[in-house]
Amino acid sequence: MKKDKLALTAAQIRRWVLEAVYLAKSGHIGGSLSLAEILSVLYWEEMKVDPQNDRDPDRDRFVLSKGHCSPGLYAALGLRGYFDIDELNRFRTVKSNLSGHPEMNGVPGVDMSTGSLGQGLSVGVGMAIAAKLDQKDSRVFCVLGDGEIQEGQIWEAAMSAAHYKLDNLVAILDNNNLQISGEIDKVLNPYPLDEKFAAFGFKVIPADGHDFDSLRAALAKARQTKGKPSMILAKTVKGKGVSFMENNYAWHGAPPNKEQYEQAASELDKTIAALEKEVG
Amino acid sequence: MEKIATRVAYGNALKEFGGDARVIALEADLGKSTMSATFGAAYPERYLDMGIAEANMIGVAAGLATCGKIPFTHSFAIFTPGRVYDQIRNSVAYPGLNVKIVGSHAGVTVGQDGATHQALEDIALMRALPGMTVLSPADANETRLAVKAMIDHTGPCYMRTGRLAVPQITNDIPSYKFELGKGVTLAEGGDLAILTHGYMVAASLAAREMLAKRGISARVINLHTIKPLDEEIVLKAAKETRAVVIAEEHNIIGGLGSAVAELLSEKYPTYIERVGVKDEFGKSGDPEALAGHFGLTAGDISAAAERLIAKNRCCIRLP
Repeated sequence: MKKDKLALTAAQIRRWVLEAVYLAKSGHIGGSLSLAEILSVLYWEEMKVDPQNDRDPDRDRFVLSKGHCSPGLYAALGLRGYFDIDELNRFRTVKSNLSGHPEMNGVPGVDMSTGSLGQGLSVGVGMAIAAKLDQKDSRVFCVLGDGEIQEGQIWEAAMSAAHYKLDNLVAILDNNNLQISGEIDKVLNPYPLDEKFAAFGFKVIPADGHDFDSLRAALAKARQTKGKPSMILAKTVKGKGVSFMENNYAWHGAPPNKEQYEQAASELDKTIAALEKEVG
Repeated sequence: MEKIATRVAYGNALKEFGGDARVIALEADLGKSTMSATFGAAYPERYLDMGIAEANMIGVAAGLATCGKIPFTHSFAIFTPGRVYDQIRNSVAYPGLNVKIVGSHAGVTVGQDGATHQALEDIALMRALPGMTVLSPADANETRLAVKAMIDHTGPCYMRTGRLAVPQITNDIPSYKFELGKGVTLAEGGDLAILTHGYMVAASLAAREMLAKRGISARVINLHTIKPLDEEIVLKAAKETRAVVIAEEHNIIGGLGSAVAELLSEKYPTYIERVGVKDEFGKSGDPEALAGHFGLTAGDISAAAERLIAKNRCCIRLP
């Protein structure tokens, strides 16, 4: 079977995530790696955006509510052409605008500053209401962490999204099942996610967060949903793409040492080389 | 003249200037108390009920602001900013979004609802945020002008309003002019200066009358904008009178008194007296009785002024 050409994009995002976090000696690698396919399909296919006109008032919006996964977002934006991708070499340094958490001022393509968990879905609701008021067909995509939904504000936001019938709002839950202290159901169990979000008035759409066709089908369903917001429950693997980081919560916010970096880089470089042959 | 609560004047003003289609009002189920309902009745399509969910309301306002709207959020000051400091800090102030946060029922003059509903720290919280403009209007006219100024100003603002009907003051002063960040001298005087805002402006003017009977001439300056502080008017008052009383319906920690103390200790050390709630919580009671209980009356201001003048007589450093 021929590989999806977005697979190469996702692999490149992962490689830059690794590079940025290694050079910064800090940053959130695990949850950024789990997002690579989601970000690829959004920024390269689904969203109506133009890197050359990043403040176009009619554009679609993206809110990374789990703002600590900024390496993933910055890598996607850099590769998509919003800014020079080499800026990631200065991630988290005083001379760069690429802060530990995304900043809307100073980083082209970032639609909202985030970082304090639980706040992004509310912002997405505001953006979606603004589009409805202005009768624009702009849509809003908001990525949430599965640990993040322990914040009560998420459920306030969910209630308001359904109340205002925001069918232009698509939330995507990065369900890698791990938060900083361990498995989400052991820390504070938020399951069952499908029943909860359905009860809050969402169209709930399960997806494999690393399978492009599954994500595309889920986004298509969201596009067709009228009168209510959508929640794509994307099953993912924290640390995806680097063998020793997968499904290990120790990689939530820890940088790799030199040896670990070299092993991870070698794995990702091999993946990229193979994909370049297959889809390049 | 009829007494009017600043929250009532606020509702009328938001309706008056609400023809601007960018203005959106968000309400956390207290519209008939914050008086945002006055706007809602005129512009129902731009009036968003957000339910009893203040954290979400602030985030939604932030999202609206990123799309060019001018959202005004409403609740009691104890809840916004009180309950949602982090949402205001990270989703509004840090990105510098054009959100206007209006907290009504500030201070002990909320009255019978008691301490859990009497915000005495709201100014301290908002004043600590970079880029936040902090307003506390004294009467209906000033509230109206403050609403207009907030719409014209791009950037986050917090404004507190009061529950209690208050006397109308600023209409009767011919030289009165409202400018964001500029204090207003309501009455001249050379022996000391009373710096005040909001509910305490009327009491400060009454204190001036009491002091005049004892031969003390007090200047009364209304600092409707607490941040950015009008340093010029404060320094001029300190230099000319060498005695500064700050009167406010707020904890003496963190409010205008603190702002003035910070400025004067750096640029023109001057003895001050802070008239306010002395680092304690409020309580239930009749609003006027509470003002008496917590030492927020004209008599309290006048007594503070006399203490200050006595202190200066024995200790003043003459130039």
